[in-house]
Amino acid sequence: MPTETIQQKRHFNSDTFVLATINVLLVIICIVTLYPLIIVLSNSVSDPVAILEGRVRFLPVGFSLESYRKVLENKDIVRSFFNSLRYTLIGTFCNVVMTILAAYPLSRKDLVGRNVLMLGITFTMFFSGGMIPTFLVVRKLKMMNTMWAIIVPGVISTYNLIITRTFFQTNIPSELQDAALIDGCSNTKFLVQIVLPLSTTIIVIISMFYAVGHWNAYFGPILYFTRKAKYPLQVILRDIVMSAHAADMTASDAVLSTRFFEIERIKYATIIIASLPMIIVYPFVMKYFEKGVMMGAIKG
Amino acid sequence: MKKEQCPSRTRMDLHALGKHNKIKSILRNYDLYLMLIPVIAFYIIFKYMPMYGIQIAFRDYNPGLGFLKSKWVGMAHFKRFFSSFRFTRMIRNTIMINVYQILFQFPIPIIFAIIVNEVRKKKFKAFVLNVTYVPHFLSTVVLVALITTVVHPDYGIINQIMMFFGKSPIRFMEEAVWFKPLYIISGIWQSTGWSSLIYLGALAGIDPVLYEAAQVDGASKLQQIFKITIPCIIPTIMIMLILKIGGIMNLGVDKVLLMQNDLNIYSSDVIPVYVYKTGIREGYFDYATAIGLFNNLINFFLLLGANRLSRKLFDSSLW
Repeated sequence: MPTETIQQKRHFNSDTFVLATINVLLVIICIVTLYPLIIVLSNSVSDPVAILEGRVRFLPVGFSLESYRKVLENKDIVRSFFNSLRYTLIGTFCNVVMTILAAYPLSRKDLVGRNVLMLGITFTMFFSGGMIPTFLVVRKLKMMNTMWAIIVPGVISTYNLIITRTFFQTNIPSELQDAALIDGCSNTKFLVQIVLPLSTTIIVIISMFYAVGHWNAYFGPILYFTRKAKYPLQVILRDIVMSAHAADMTASDAVLSTRFFEIERIKYATIIIASLPMIIVYPFVMKYFEKGVMMGAIKG
Repeated sequence: MKKEQCPSRTRMDLHALGKHNKIKSILRNYDLYLMLIPVIAFYIIFKYMPMYGIQIAFRDYNPGLGFLKSKWVGMAHFKRFFSSFRFTRMIRNTIMINVYQILFQFPIPIIFAIIVNEVRKKKFKAFVLNVTYVPHFLSTVVLVALITTVVHPDYGIINQIMMFFGKSPIRFMEEAVWFKPLYIISGIWQSTGWSSLIYLGALAGIDPVLYEAAQVDGASKLQQIFKITIPCIIPTIMIMLILKIGGIMNLGVDKVLLMQNDLNIYSSDVIPVYVYKTGIREGYFDYATAIGLFNNLINFFLLLGANRLSRKLFDSSLW
């Protein structure tokens, strides 16, 4: 049948064309995605004069690690880095414990009052008191300028609670639970010894969500911290970027412009340091994440 | 035995239990309730207390007197806000940013997921995905620093390209007309890869038999995409769209706050940032709460509306 073969051929051609276009498009997307990251990395090891003259377009010009040395000498940056680390570790730990404490009981079909509790919890996703009343509650509890101000008010993210609960419901066989409970195993013991080991996927995923949130947090800290000693790295970075911008606007005389060079120098190195921990951690976590998506644990 | 213990629409298995058994079940599962104590305390203190505190939107708030005892002023704060010259400007900006987001930022991850899904080389696919996820992990502060670097009037690549073509450089960060495009484009850059995950998950769930049947019938790739792929992920798209519409007034504070300056305020003035600036920085707690409440209410009703509409039109909804 000649007509049939022609039709097949046409489809074959149009399909190859479609696939080729897709591949080219994806390569362009990758370049566009990576470019800002590469330029910042290059700037962080380049000579500031070359940056300002626009000579760093892709690869570093006048390679030196001077900027990183300057960053390590800067007390504000070092202190805030360790602040961020502390907030992230302690915060994520509290988040995960509280989320499991909420998700496990609520995943149990035999929990009396479950629907009322879920209704009360889900409602907070759609309506909230808002920024100011929450701020006033935190202030009333005397949490201002303490680490708890940025950890406790968001210790459970309802979204993470719901995906964890769904995971427990779909991945812990109810026969297993019935058998264990009939044998006299307590709920707590069942949770710790059976449910948690079976749930590493979801625990890694929510840990990552929470940890990224803590590491990148900027608004919470400026809301609740008034002392510089408490600032996390992101807030210090914001200050550096702002002062670079301010110096840029007035960089006419020589004194200011040397200061400007100093700021430009540390700006890019700080951006790298502020981003690196999450970028390093995420490929390890990604494996779990894809598994979670495929298991249908994570939905809109 | 109180009635509160048995909610009106409980599951069948709870109904099957008598009231007597219900108490027995509570006693047997006492440790589950112990686990829930800190959780309930959290929701009451940090979610429902602030909701209770919303009443200061109608009061002349005095920190010494607290939420309940401050003087009642009715709608005064709302009236002041509605008659402010910034009111229409803020509403317009908020709505326009969201319209642009729905038009551009929302469909791109869907298209991206469909495209990536067609790639047959596993390694290339994994590479593309891993690269596009990275921006999601950057903080807003870093994102804004990246924007300023790329659009820098002296050395940013955009302006260098423009100068190459003989155009004069633009100070993107300081021009009101450029605020929204920068906001949207950087949003697309940051979120496309990550947002596509949900759609990729939905695409992975499509039965391959459908494609095989289509291939046997001689359907081309494009036909397969339009006749199989897209219809299969419509429910996911609708749910994401409802959530997006429900969050229209819910712009994150951070990014606008970081990008805003006196020169672009005309198009970067939005409610959440205004709430922060008048409430926290200037200390008008009551007035800022009123604005925040106005914002939240609009959000809440938009979500209800979008959900109802979607249930009618597409038979898919959040609840």
